[in-house]
Amino acid sequence: MQTILETRNLRVEYPAQAKGQGRKAAVKDLNLRVSAGEVFGFLGPNGAGKTTTMNVLLGFVNATSGSAFLFGVDVREPIARQRIGYLPELTYYYKFLTAEELLRFYARIFGIPRAEADRRIDRLLKLVELEPVRKRPIRTYSKGMQQRAGLAQALINNPDLLILDEPTSGLDPLGRMKVREIIQRLKGEGKTVFFSSHELGEVETVCDRVAIINQGELKVEGRVADLVAEHQANLEQIFLKIIGYSPEGPT
Amino acid sequence: MNAVIAIAGVVITELYRRKDFYVLFVLTAVITLLTGAVNFFNDPQIVRYLKEIALLLIWISGLVIAIGTTARQIPAERENRTIFPLLAKPVARGQVILGKFLGCWLACGLALIVFYLFFGLVSGSREHHWPLVNYFQTLWLQWMMLGVVIGLVLLGSVVFAAPSSNATIVLVIVVGILLLGSHLNQVALQQPEPVRSIVYAIYFLVPHLEWYDVRDFIIYDSPLPGWADFGLATLYAGVYAALLLFATWLVFRRKPLNL
Repeated sequence: MQTILETRNLRVEYPAQAKGQGRKAAVKDLNLRVSAGEVFGFLGPNGAGKTTTMNVLLGFVNATSGSAFLFGVDVREPIARQRIGYLPELTYYYKFLTAEELLRFYARIFGIPRAEADRRIDRLLKLVELEPVRKRPIRTYSKGMQQRAGLAQALINNPDLLILDEPTSGLDPLGRMKVREIIQRLKGEGKTVFFSSHELGEVETVCDRVAIINQGELKVEGRVADLVAEHQANLEQIFLKIIGYSPEGPT
Repeated sequence: MNAVIAIAGVVITELYRRKDFYVLFVLTAVITLLTGAVNFFNDPQIVRYLKEIALLLIWISGLVIAIGTTARQIPAERENRTIFPLLAKPVARGQVILGKFLGCWLACGLALIVFYLFFGLVSGSREHHWPLVNYFQTLWLQWMMLGVVIGLVLLGSVVFAAPSSNATIVLVIVVGILLLGSHLNQVALQQPEPVRSIVYAIYFLVPHLEWYDVRDFIIYDSPLPGWADFGLATLYAGVYAALLLFATWLVFRRKPLNL
């Protein structure tokens, strides 16, 4: 099966925050491989290195050592991001634009012809249920609506790989369910989804495979069903055990 | 190129949706119209003073629009974190810089066209002649000069943290060049070494924006520079703008994005 996303001995270090401190390693020799058509959950507690890894994959941060590839292309090349869609954890969009204008802007970046862009914009606004408010500036949207606009922009280029950074963070149960439905639908269409989340129940429902990292190190990786069978526990219990949590205190 | 044009389009959209642009625009237009409407002591020469005031206002407004608009572009992208979904697309940082430059420069061009349209109507209605080629050359040279200023502000926006400090520093530099640029070589002659060499170096290093100020040619109805000089001035501004954009890219390409 084709490898869509790969990191090889990926290491990211940040400069010392204070004098006398050494450089801080946010990611330590991370090796990941995601195949075509998989829904891959990237898990870890806050500060584990999930977002840093995603930032390297998206070209925001350069790796200190090691390498990362999308579709076999080094992530430092902008063309590596031609076939991906990215949904950030929070809504970082031009709030003075309407949802329709935002999608048209990103369609233009991908060089999608006008007629095709119009078709995709109509389809995506219906998919994320923003059709009735398509002409309203994004600043007037609720958080859930902004997140759905974000999801639509992530899908404008019909990507083969979706990178979602905590896509349901801050959403109400209905919003979470809608995002989950969209992920399931994309999975049905054979898309590859790489996402981080703290909603472990959700991860267990939609993911084929998961990786758990803690303090920048990969602790476990495998099929959800295999991990559950091996540990005789659900994903949340496995997660807590791996990050060293016990009801009495850290182990 | 798609990305550059798309980014430029967003810059222009943002500009015409902001209120401060309209305030400046309406203010300049109203003052230009008012100065054109008054007639002190029935003096036919008064129109020259009115033209001088109107052109000065257009120059100030042009500079304020160029510096004010450009100074907030990249800092706002980083502060609002809109840079992240943008760079997650197949867009290089160099394209972001080019798109921002193009957007700001085109927006300034549009503003200048409207300003000069007002000016042409007002002065033409008073003088009953329409030196359109002169107006075109004056507008074009001012627009080229603003291209260099925009390049300077973009460079400042990746060096200085706050847009306000960037805008202030660039404004001081630009006004300094406009007022003193052509006199620096004479100042250098009067200085002892090594100050003389330093002042000479500054004279040859700074973009001579004062060359683009041809307001007096319009005010006194003198013939404007020839087309060859006009072309050279355009080339000079193009080279300086390109150098400034290249320097901006060198600084910005590996700059952390405040993650």
